[in-house]
Amino acid sequence: MRPLAQSETFMTVAAPLAVGVLAVALWEIACRAFNVPIFLLPKPSDIAATLASDWLTLLAALGMTLRIALQAFFAAIVIGTLIAFLFVQSRAIEMSFFPYAVLLQVTPIVAIAPLIIILVKNTQVALTVCATVVALFPIISNTTLGLRSVDPGLVNLFRMSRAGRMQTLWRLRIPSALPYFFGGLRISSGLALIGAVVAEFVAGTGGRSAGLAYEILQSGFQLDIPRMFAALFLITLAGVGLFTIMVGLSKLALGAWHESEVGADA
Amino acid sequence: MTKRFPNSTQALAPVDLDVRDGEFVTLLGPSGCGKTTLLNLIAGLTTPSSGTIEWWGGSFADADVAERKLGFVFQAPTLMPWARVDANVRLPLDLAHVDRTSAEQGVAHALALVGLSEFARHFPRELSGGMQMRASIARALVTSPNLLLMDEPFGALDEFTRNRLDADLVRLWWERKLTTVFVTHSIYEAVFLSTRVIVMGAQPGRICKVMAIDEPHPRDESFRNSPRFAEHCRALSALLTEVSVEQMRS
Repeated sequence: MRPLAQSETFMTVAAPLAVGVLAVALWEIACRAFNVPIFLLPKPSDIAATLASDWLTLLAALGMTLRIALQAFFAAIVIGTLIAFLFVQSRAIEMSFFPYAVLLQVTPIVAIAPLIIILVKNTQVALTVCATVVALFPIISNTTLGLRSVDPGLVNLFRMSRAGRMQTLWRLRIPSALPYFFGGLRISSGLALIGAVVAEFVAGTGGRSAGLAYEILQSGFQLDIPRMFAALFLITLAGVGLFTIMVGLSKLALGAWHESEVGADA
Repeated sequence: MTKRFPNSTQALAPVDLDVRDGEFVTLLGPSGCGKTTLLNLIAGLTTPSSGTIEWWGGSFADADVAERKLGFVFQAPTLMPWARVDANVRLPLDLAHVDRTSAEQGVAHALALVGLSEFARHFPRELSGGMQMRASIARALVTSPNLLLMDEPFGALDEFTRNRLDADLVRLWWERKLTTVFVTHSIYEAVFLSTRVIVMGAQPGRICKVMAIDEPHPRDESFRNSPRFAEHCRALSALLTEVSVEQMRS
């Protein structure tokens, strides 16, 4: 058996973990040594204590934010994929509509969120719409690129075999697009969460949906800084969790054949 | 027939080529002489700017679909990376809605012909370049084509692999009475494989000379090492020089 330190999998987990533990320990020591007041920078132990005492409300808030993020993510996948399929049908469609898709990407969500929140009565739906707008573009652009990135030799082969439009789509275009599509999912999952949090911030405390952003705002008003950090920690955790799930899905779908995944376990 | 690209480059000057049943015709010439264009025209991948292609006496459109079974091997293996070798070879049958049982039999047979039976369940990336090319040939043979078109299939392979694949190909052609049109820029390959070599020239692409390789079949490695082989190569090389000198003058 090889020593643990030489194992690739062990190192990919252990090395960043060690850095994290070290950073948290330094933080704790520094806070204690310099007597930093808790309302400026709480110690990790303070944050942990808050997590332990307020876990019920914080988890409920996390659930709310995750729900909006996931709804938006799925909406973005469905809408984005449909738009991508539409785009590859003809260059004319893509040329006419792609600039507007870009518009969607470059408009800051904080600028249009108030508008959406006014227009859409239901706060939940409004927040989901905001997050969807943020998460949509990577799916559209990546899936469109993927559906177009087909080996021209294989296209010729399909033509020579008199393959129908649907056959070409199912057997050639969709599998060719998968690596790009999963790349889009990775970016988009994180963006959906960011979109959800940003929309919650804009909606402010007026809305009845008490997500993590609401918790952060509330804690700010109450100068409950450890609680702010605890909420922030949960948002980060949710983002990393979503990303990890996307990486796992991608590995499941492409692991056997695609270069990006094949190299990883070598 | 002629071929002119949309950007008005004349890819092919008037070309008249007749391929007979059971022939192994090689298109030989420098790059840019329209070999691939001519092959794509035969495959129906592009349409001629003028003139016609006749398939077993009919036009491309009305030739009986069942009659016009083509096998095409590209410069690259062009396998689907997400599908295992057997699924790759089965593709033309799947696209033609052949039922699964007879398709699998066809695939097993085609893989046996190219010596890849053991690798049916592998992914293309797990095979060497030569083996990928064999899989590509198996896919072209699986429909039992009555015309096999090959576009510099072994151009990217090392010489040892290429020689072995050439020997296998010429044996398959002989055993299965395959009519083949083969594109190459290797004189040795052309002499080894062909019954007839078409020497093409560039700008615009056209047929310059035709040379028959009148040697018995089936050919194997002993032919490659025979003085007759060397003689054919020298003659063909001289023809090519003649063509390029003519080109320089005009």
